[in-house]
Amino acid sequence: MFLLSEFWAFTIEKLVLIGGIISVSLLIAMYSTYAERKVAAVMQDRRGPNRAGPFGILQPLADGLKLFFKEEIIPNTSSRFLFILGPCLAMLTAMMTCAVVPWGNHVELFGRSIDLQVADINIGILFVFGVVSMGVYGIMIGGWASNNKFSLLAALRGASQVISYELPMGISLIALLMLTGTLSMRSIVEQQIQGGIWNVVYQPLGFLIFLICAFAECNRTPFDLPEAENELNFGYHQEYSSMKLGFYLFAEYINMFISSVIMATLFFGGYDMPFVNEANLSPNIAALVGAAALMAKAGFFIFLFMWVRWTIPRFRYDQLMNLGWKSLLPLSLLNMLITGAVVLLKQNNWRF
Amino acid sequence: MEALTSRSKQVERKPMTWLERIYLWNILKGMMITFKHIFKKKATISYPEEKRPFSSVFRGLQVLNRDEEGRERCTACGLCAVACPAEAITMEAAERKPGEEHLYREEKYAAVYEINMLRCIFCGYCEEACPKDAIYLSETFAPANYQRKGFIYGKDELLIPNPLTHPEEYAKARGEHEPRTQA
Repeated sequence: MFLLSEFWAFTIEKLVLIGGIISVSLLIAMYSTYAERKVAAVMQDRRGPNRAGPFGILQPLADGLKLFFKEEIIPNTSSRFLFILGPCLAMLTAMMTCAVVPWGNHVELFGRSIDLQVADINIGILFVFGVVSMGVYGIMIGGWASNNKFSLLAALRGASQVISYELPMGISLIALLMLTGTLSMRSIVEQQIQGGIWNVVYQPLGFLIFLICAFAECNRTPFDLPEAENELNFGYHQEYSSMKLGFYLFAEYINMFISSVIMATLFFGGYDMPFVNEANLSPNIAALVGAAALMAKAGFFIFLFMWVRWTIPRFRYDQLMNLGWKSLLPLSLLNMLITGAVVLLKQNNWRF
Repeated sequence: MEALTSRSKQVERKPMTWLERIYLWNILKGMMITFKHIFKKKATISYPEEKRPFSSVFRGLQVLNRDEEGRERCTACGLCAVACPAEAITMEAAERKPGEEHLYREEKYAAVYEINMLRCIFCGYCEEACPKDAIYLSETFAPANYQRKGFIYGKDELLIPNPLTHPEEYAKARGEHEPRTQA
């Protein structure tokens, strides 16, 4: 057993972690397409895919292969470079956010303590926000490069929806950050574990606003106007076929998964298993239990996304904008004010 | 203004309550309904393991009939071909040789009998026109095929199996319902 220098050990550890996290999120996004069809089916009194493999488990593979085998159509009069760039940007920004999420506690292997997080930067949440904002580029470039006025209109709607719902999201986050005092995701989770109370108890309104904005960020019903089939000719991914369309759809599912994980981390304690005292177990088992707890919480949120999709009809564009600017923004400002007031009062020993 | 009928109902136009205006309560009620549907009985039928039952007058694939002694009933009279509105049936007649009395009922029989399934509209006129109860429409569908020529069914595909030599296949081909023609 040769001794690896610190640099190489660190690099290999990070590379393995990156590979593992990317494959896990791709796998989960793949199977959430399958879960979507199954959940949609049982809510509609039917069965869903059950022919490809036992219980239809191999259905996402069949879908992926089908998309690969389809014909690649690139419209003649579109900008070829931008046409191919659009879905790539959407996928890139979707995958980059999983770098700062703490997936579990530390694992002890080969005498080193490895954190299950690719990069524990001290501006964790802000990084996630910045990358999600860049996701707007994917939509806009897709709509523009299609050389189709309906796709462009749909892309404009999608982009305006995303940026209008980022504001209440950010402001409700500010209210949360007043409580935690740090932007690093691992510290937020650690505080929830040590305090014993999850942040959703302190910030129920903030969580509700964040949830609604997460629906809008993922272009998910009831806010799925930009990509609806019967609105503006199927929206901004109308001209796309084969794997580029696959990338757009897949990026939406990855976004959904990452939003669920972030909501679980910020408000529901991340990798904290509720009634288990983790100090009693060995570190590896504790990390495994924590990661399983995080996946369970994210799975519940993904189920919530799908549950709401098959319950409510979609919002009209002006109703959507009204909700974002006239209802959610004042509400999140109110939430921030109340939180700020309570934090100051508490610092001042409950005296004015 | 007077209502036109006595059954008209006045539409309620009450303003929305606060609970309805925030819409969240209605979303929750809707979500409860969809959640309950997860546990209800599913309406799907797993074809091909389960099949829906057909009625006894279902018009499916044609079958050329035999009598109880296993002789073919069809005499190539051509009435079914004339009655067919889609002109899907063609046939060629032949004379029965002396040693073949156990194969055919009468002296004339159809040597070549073809139905083009791509033309057939499954109306059942051929069944109504036949004077010998030789053709009737059964319960099966015509299965899919990759080429057009696979859809031209000849006598060997249409003829019902011989009840004397292959009784189980004959019984299976007769189907569950009583035949509308005499056996």
